[in-house]
Amino acid sequence: MDMKNMREYVGWLYYQYLLITGIYVLEPWEQSIFNTLLFTMVAMVIYTSYVFVPIHVRLALEFFSELVRGQPESTVALMNSR
Amino acid sequence: MVHLFMNPFEKRITNSFEEAPMYVAVLTYMGYGIVILFGYFRDFLRAVGFEKCHQAQEREEQKDFVPLYQDFENFYKRNLYTRVRDNWNRPICSLPGPVFDIMERVSDDYNWTFRLTGRTIENVINMGSYNYLGFAENNVDFLKTVAEETRQYGVGVCSTRQELGNLSIHEKLERLVAEFLGVESAMAFGMGFATNSMNIPALVGKGCLILSDELNHTSLILGARLSGATIRVFKHNNMQSLEKMLKETICSGQPRTHRAWKKILIMVEGIYSMEGSLVRLPEILVLKKKYKAYLYLDEAHSIGAVGPTGRGVTEHFGVDPNEVDVLMGTFTKSFGAAGGYIAGKKELVDYLRSHSHSAVYATAMSPPVVEQIIRAIKCIMGVDGTTEGQRRVRQLAENTRYLRSRLKEMGFIIYGNQDSPVVPLLLYLPGKVGAFSRAMLKRKIGVVVVGFPATPITEARARFCVSAAHTREMLDKVLQSLDELGDYIKVKFSRHRSSYRPELYDETDFELDS
Repeated sequence: MDMKNMREYVGWLYYQYLLITGIYVLEPWEQSIFNTLLFTMVAMVIYTSYVFVPIHVRLALEFFSELVRGQPESTVALMNSR
Repeated sequence: MVHLFMNPFEKRITNSFEEAPMYVAVLTYMGYGIVILFGYFRDFLRAVGFEKCHQAQEREEQKDFVPLYQDFENFYKRNLYTRVRDNWNRPICSLPGPVFDIMERVSDDYNWTFRLTGRTIENVINMGSYNYLGFAENNVDFLKTVAEETRQYGVGVCSTRQELGNLSIHEKLERLVAEFLGVESAMAFGMGFATNSMNIPALVGKGCLILSDELNHTSLILGARLSGATIRVFKHNNMQSLEKMLKETICSGQPRTHRAWKKILIMVEGIYSMEGSLVRLPEILVLKKKYKAYLYLDEAHSIGAVGPTGRGVTEHFGVDPNEVDVLMGTFTKSFGAAGGYIAGKKELVDYLRSHSHSAVYATAMSPPVVEQIIRAIKCIMGVDGTTEGQRRVRQLAENTRYLRSRLKEMGFIIYGNQDSPVVPLLLYLPGKVGAFSRAMLKRKIGVVVVGFPATPITEARARFCVSAAHTREMLDKVLQSLDELGDYIKVKFSRHRSSYRPELYDETDFELDS
């Protein structure tokens, strides 16, 4: 396929999306409903990941680094108490 | 790499059923799931009253009774089939030869109703008709004998074969069919479907066993059910499954009494029309002799279409047709007429003449149709003095090989045997089925697409029927359109890479180190 320009390529991508999800057979207003729902869900996923992923990653890193730092001390403590 | 070392016999008997990658199955289910959800949504709107229901509905008074239209079949028809319904039942206004004319029709309310615009789409290449040898033609020279016989006998027979409908032309046809197939005797019926469904009850009854292939045609299944015999289904073309089933059923006997079976009948088809696969005839004959069963071979698609001189699967595998107990076939596909036949030993056919429902009660075949079959058979046998018949058989074989090899090269998934003129091209996803058919019609090529329920739900396909009347240019045009469309829609799922030098596959003496 030779896509002369970006617009045609994006149009072809949209066509592929219609075919693969099976939306191609539906009437235009049903397609709009599905597109709206899908767009809403994707937007929510992006928002959630933008807001919460950095915080979770930072917390996880702190937890694991504390575990590594605390490790030499706790093993020495265990050996001494035995 | 497996192909390189197959000997010629193995290539003739193996059928390929390549599996698509896993993501295709996942996407197919997802597509069906989404459309079914929308179907429930639309049904809800119809029930609440926001939308008018175009399909038949029960009346108000009947709402308290058992619901008529709630089962999955009606749901499927309302919400999935109707949305893409414009790809089927297209009105044709010329003879269904290699090219034909389609009447253009549009729908204003999403396929619930259609109207004809008055325009005709002309010279559409026909890749869907069962016109294997190109006998669906209206050439005046070829049809001279048909016109003469119509002048002599008229068109209607007005009686059954047993009363006053047994014309001399019918006897001529039956002798010719028996000679063509190489058996003792044959009998012709007016309808191919009725040949199967009405004659199997005459051959087997209660106390008999029928072993039928998984993918047999509805007429065979109907005939088997009407007969009252016990039916067991074995996996498609799978000889291990058939042998296991034979052993089990012979050991256990009839259902409650455990007596020996009166008869065991194995029902198979020559070419299966949805898969394009050939039956494994030599192996079935070995099993049949070992376990003393009878074989019923339905050659609806394979008679005239396979074999070096067009005699069917028996000739293709080099098997004596007298070894098959009941040979059945139709005249609809390769002979361009209508009707079916049953052939075999003389005692069998004489018995059927008086005991089969179709023979006793159905109206006799119409004389022009009989003459068309006679002239087609004479043409194939070469009796009419020309080599036209043999040329057509060879042309069909060449076209089949060409189309199949080119499609495989391009990367489509094709089912079936390399010699069968029925070529199913797998599309899988429900969205692509409708898009494919419409896009092909835009390029002036008429194809038949098949989906659920005729095929399993994940394996929707487009089925091409190669014809001897297709020229190389037509096939090239079809292949080029398929190439472009395959890339645009993305249906080239095959994972086998073909080599640069395809002629190496046909080398018979290439088995240097196998």
